[in-house]
Amino acid sequence: MAQAKFTLPALPYAYDALEPYISGQIMQIHHSKHHQTYVNNLNAATANHVKALQENDVRAQINLQQAIKFNGGGHINHSLFWANLAPANTSQAKPESAPKLMEAITAKYGSYGGFKNEFKGVLLGLQGSGWGWLVKNKKTEQLDIVITKDQDPVVGDLAPIFGVDMWEHAYYLQYFNDKASYVNGIWNIINWDTAEGRFLGRSGALKL
Amino acid sequence: MSLLRIARPTIARRSLLTSSIRYKHTLPDLPYDYAALEPAISGKIMELHHSKHHQTYVSSLNDAEEKYASAVSANDVQGQISLQPLLKFHGGGHINHTLFWQNLAPKGSGGGEPPSGGLAGAINNTYGSVEDLKKKMNASLAGIQGSGWSWLVKDKDTGALQVITMPNQDPVVGKYVPLLGIDAWEHAYYLQYQNRKAEYFSAIWDVINWKAAEARYKAAA
Repeated sequence: MAQAKFTLPALPYAYDALEPYISGQIMQIHHSKHHQTYVNNLNAATANHVKALQENDVRAQINLQQAIKFNGGGHINHSLFWANLAPANTSQAKPESAPKLMEAITAKYGSYGGFKNEFKGVLLGLQGSGWGWLVKNKKTEQLDIVITKDQDPVVGDLAPIFGVDMWEHAYYLQYFNDKASYVNGIWNIINWDTAEGRFLGRSGALKL
Repeated sequence: MSLLRIARPTIARRSLLTSSIRYKHTLPDLPYDYAALEPAISGKIMELHHSKHHQTYVSSLNDAEEKYASAVSANDVQGQISLQPLLKFHGGGHINHTLFWQNLAPKGSGGGEPPSGGLAGAINNTYGSVEDLKKKMNASLAGIQGSGWSWLVKDKDTGALQVITMPNQDPVVGKYVPLLGIDAWEHAYYLQYQNRKAEYFSAIWDVINWKAAEARYKAAA
């Protein structure tokens, strides 16, 4: 079978374009080092899995599952994350770019402000490394806020609308232990155009 | 048990509003200056790690225990169970960091000096040498997917040494006695090492206080 070779996606903006909310140094290390490592390790795990498959070695395939989940999740999550951020001075970063989604948010959470508070509360309650997501349940169409631990991706019935990386490497060089300020700042750089597309199913499946 | 005393450096009875005895945990002083572990761990990291991160675990543990005591008073078992993750996370954070500070020491105050006595013998028997144990522990640290700790532990049932990893702030409990812990949370190294965590895992052995590990090993006999 053909073996997929994953590559690091280029950022759709410059490393320092999200300042002052996320520093250029954080973005550069986060993208070029952390994300790259997930891509490399995913390629290695995938290659080993193909080999195990060809050798009919089921034990080896199962033994590789965690490496594929962790590094595959890391690749998926970061790819979604970069695309759901935008420089603060762009029209994409304005909630007005997501009229349908904002309607659903207001219906569910009362107001945009109410939603932000709820989202922040869920994210700050995360114990350890992980991600906060606004998701849509594909069956019920309901919005929800969920956290996934470590690099577990959003799968199953839930479709990710946007994610916020709560690993310490996502904010520590700038915010240290003050992760609340990082979350407060992120609202200035959410790409609502991307979020609207994912909400409406316009963007299709994530291409890796 | 000595671990409990370590984790609860000051025990003060609080006002008798409820019938249960409650404990007020406090941040333990570091037995060395923030900058004393340089260059292995920077003073800035130590300061934030101790005065902010560890302090937050202590404060949140006190808060969770207070809520837990209220749930006990109210006979609210659901409430008690729903508080378990908070107790585990912040209690574990307090226990782990308290053990960690003690099993570090500046170079010149014992930091990095190889173990001796019974622990040294057990390490050689199990791993071949201290260097082999370091490699084993560094590999376990590098393999942590997310936040967590690696520990050299003693299995109380068999007396054997083992290297284990614990996710997030889960403390070492049950049949294992913690001898030596290394914090693999990103906040433990990121300001100095960023994504190069292997360099942190390699450098920290220069400030490992084997005397503390030996004392824990002896106490666990």
